[in-house]
Amino acid sequence: MMLRIVRYVAGDILRGRIILAYAGCLLVASLGLFNLGGDTTKALIGLLSLVLMIVPLVSVVFTTAHFYNTQEFVELLAAQPLPRATILLAQMIGVMLALTAALLAGIAVPVLLYACSATGLTLIAVALLLTAAFTALAFVAAVLARDKARGIGAALLIWFYFGLLHDGLTLYALFLLEDFPLEGISLTLLALNPIDLGRVLVLLQMDVSALMGYTGAMLKDLLGSGTGIGFAVLVLGSWIAAPVLAALWIFRRKDL
Amino acid sequence: MNAPGRSSLAVLLGGLALPLGAEEWHVGAGRPFTRIRDALAVARAGDTVTVHGGSYREGNLVVDRSLTFTGLDRPRLDGGGRDEVITVTASHVTIRGFEIVHGGTGSLHDLAGIKVANASHVTLEDNRILGCSFGIYFSKARHGIARRNEIIGAPAAGPDNGNGIHAWSSEHLELAGNAVSRHRDGIYLEFVTDSHIARNRVGECLRYGLHFMSAHRNVYQENEFIRNGAGVAVMYSREVRMEANRFRHSWGSAAYGLLLKDISDSRITGNVFEHNSIAVTIQSSSRLLLEDNQFQGNGWALQVESSSTDNVYRKNNFVGNSFDVTTHGELELNRFEGNYWDRAELYDLDRDGVGDVPHRPLSLFARLVDRVPAALLLLRSPLVHFLDRAERIFPTLTPDRLFDPQPAMRAHPR
Repeated sequence: MMLRIVRYVAGDILRGRIILAYAGCLLVASLGLFNLGGDTTKALIGLLSLVLMIVPLVSVVFTTAHFYNTQEFVELLAAQPLPRATILLAQMIGVMLALTAALLAGIAVPVLLYACSATGLTLIAVALLLTAAFTALAFVAAVLARDKARGIGAALLIWFYFGLLHDGLTLYALFLLEDFPLEGISLTLLALNPIDLGRVLVLLQMDVSALMGYTGAMLKDLLGSGTGIGFAVLVLGSWIAAPVLAALWIFRRKDL
Repeated sequence: MNAPGRSSLAVLLGGLALPLGAEEWHVGAGRPFTRIRDALAVARAGDTVTVHGGSYREGNLVVDRSLTFTGLDRPRLDGGGRDEVITVTASHVTIRGFEIVHGGTGSLHDLAGIKVANASHVTLEDNRILGCSFGIYFSKARHGIARRNEIIGAPAAGPDNGNGIHAWSSEHLELAGNAVSRHRDGIYLEFVTDSHIARNRVGECLRYGLHFMSAHRNVYQENEFIRNGAGVAVMYSREVRMEANRFRHSWGSAAYGLLLKDISDSRITGNVFEHNSIAVTIQSSSRLLLEDNQFQGNGWALQVESSSTDNVYRKNNFVGNSFDVTTHGELELNRFEGNYWDRAELYDLDRDGVGDVPHRPLSLFARLVDRVPAALLLLRSPLVHFLDRAERIFPTLTPDRLFDPQPAMRAHPR
């Protein structure tokens, strides 16, 4: 049953114009970056900024908007003999699949064509994980707020916090605590923001760790090795799993 | 056995009045001598000792007369891992065409593949020196020449691994076209003056590609330094000219392309710095001119300590570096003129090729990282991007007098 809802949700989104426009914009941006500069490293750095800012933004806005637009459909499903978890999970997976499809067409294909390296593959993986994480986070905001404007506002706030504010706080914390050993602190601050974690994973593949001196060496040790990458993926995974579980928990108790 | 065609030797010997009657002694299987040692013992100043192909293991060979010592078909001289292979104590000696292996290592004395001690006008050329502690060693030598030698060390030797070309208290040396790798320092010069170091290729050395201490009035041209531990270190020297060298791939947490420490009145021009963690780091140096250099894809292009004064940075290209300039001082006495900065946001209404607004090469983030290195964690974060832009428009934390008043609109041609 769930599979049928997922197929229906994803198919419905993919037929829409918005997701097509999203994929098209990503494709134009990536092709532009790869063809303009000539240098693939430079293009990947530009693409990294795109993935870190635009992909989470589109994920949260699209997800919340979609949730409120399909509210009647959700209510209809809730009237059927279906567990609520199935309904919401199917919605989430449907949205994630649709956004993933756009990402694959818009970023993964050009990266594989122009820069099929460890860095390129890491970038694709980070983009996919960030999409899933921010879709899940947006679902939490959406199921919490009854009002559409407040829901989208909360989702934007989530994006603003992880995209900019958290980095500002990180910078502030590093300056406040500069006399203390910063390894544990900086690693914790990294793990507390999926965008930062994704950024550092890609940068480590670009071998900028040498620039980072001691911190870089430590990060390379912690995140550059096989177990480190496993750890980072685990943390990013929990950034997906935790909001998914939270959204399900709230939705189950929610008065539709 | 007369060798009337040895005019070059005659020129070399100059006033020594020995070119006539010079003899050539042959060493090899089926030749008059089978041991090099015996030939060296009978040869007189001005003679030539020619060694034919084969392997010779005779311990330490001392050249104490003005000889031309030549290998034909690259004979191999084996030090047996115990001795210095060749020691030159006479002036006007030429050594060429040998393969020198297994030099010894000494804890009291530095043993070398070829050592030149207290001698002048010694030429070492086209030799191959493998797995010796020190490759070529000039000690109190004047007018020595080392060219086209290939010197490969044995880094496994650890602390016993000496320098590829080592010169101490010498003057007017010419080191040209040598290929040095896998030694401690590729080329090490201490108290060496008025020398010319050109077209050498130095790579994969454990410490510095080129290291000189208190070596004044030297010229370094068209050398290439790749993948050395920490690049090139120039310390406590005056009137140095470094021209058209290539510094590449010194990449690591404490690695740099070129370290300038206590250098004055020197010119660094036309060099290429590519993919180094830190391309040039300048400490306590003054009256330097850095002109027409290319800084590309480095972590930091210029790291200048505030104790450096009266330096001029002119017409350099800064392309694709993570940071162009960093310092924790004000750099008030350093001047930037007409450089090309790829991240500068300029316009040029009068179309004279010079930007109409000054460019501030020291970014806020560079300043922050200088204070708290851990802040590098935020490299390429969108927040940092916004902060840098805001700071460029209203400088508050970066020194407001550190700017390039005439930034170039286009990269200077190379």
